[in-house]
Amino acid sequence: MPQDILDTVDFDDEGFMVDDKAWTKEIGQAIAEALEVELSDRHWAVIDFARADFESSGEPPTLRRITQQTDVSMKEMYQLFPDGPAKLAANIAGLKKPTGCI
Amino acid sequence: MAKPSKALHQNVGANGNRKLALIASKGSLDMAYPPLILANAARMSGIDVEMFFTFWGLDIITKKKMSGLNVATVGNPNMHPWFGIPTILGMLPGMSAAASWMMRGEIKKLGFPRVPEFMELVMDAGAKVYGCKMSMDMMKLTEDDLIDGATVLGAMEFMDLTEGAQVIFV
Repeated sequence: MPQDILDTVDFDDEGFMVDDKAWTKEIGQAIAEALEVELSDRHWAVIDFARADFESSGEPPTLRRITQQTDVSMKEMYQLFPDGPAKLAANIAGLKKPTGCI
Repeated sequence: MAKPSKALHQNVGANGNRKLALIASKGSLDMAYPPLILANAARMSGIDVEMFFTFWGLDIITKKKMSGLNVATVGNPNMHPWFGIPTILGMLPGMSAAASWMMRGEIKKLGFPRVPEFMELVMDAGAKVYGCKMSMDMMKLTEDDLIDGATVLGAMEFMDLTEGAQVIFV
């Protein structure tokens, strides 16, 4: 049986990665599969933005920030990540849970 | 430590998907934001949202009124410490408009949208928006007066829609 890549990664109690620097695209792919999100180019656009933004600010971007800084609209964000757009994007991107309330 | 899973992201109540019923009954600027922020937070957490706007709360979803909501400077005990406006001065002409202008500025600084844009945002996020039929009849409003996407609903129908939901009344 092939080893699950997620067994090699540390997660907190809510399933967010403890160390964002340990993230790779393969891990992102595996997290998305665990969350039952099928990744498209549009998902990756959001994930890449979230990682780049975290790099410069130290915080995962809020949903509003994602919709303002990328060409992904609010409606599309909810289509891409129906169970909660900002936190699912952060989860897949290997970042901590976002705390912003907008 | 928990491996990521879909279940960790789902706010599942006892009867299936968790649902929030928000009732907005006040139309001042300061009372428009709590239901909007809570509706948005719920949708961001994957919770279904039904919003019922009644009495003065209708102003929040009335096209002609929603951009110009004001904060009261008279009879508002919070006005004095925050804005430094004693009640006796609050009654002067233009005071309410000035305080509202200040508050809109503070809200903007926090990166929060203005009321019309915020309404559009929560509706794009999937919140359902209803105007109270009885209040609308009283104020001589029709569905055309409401923000696009809002529908007119009776209180009993709202009860049917929100069976099992958690309720927040603002």
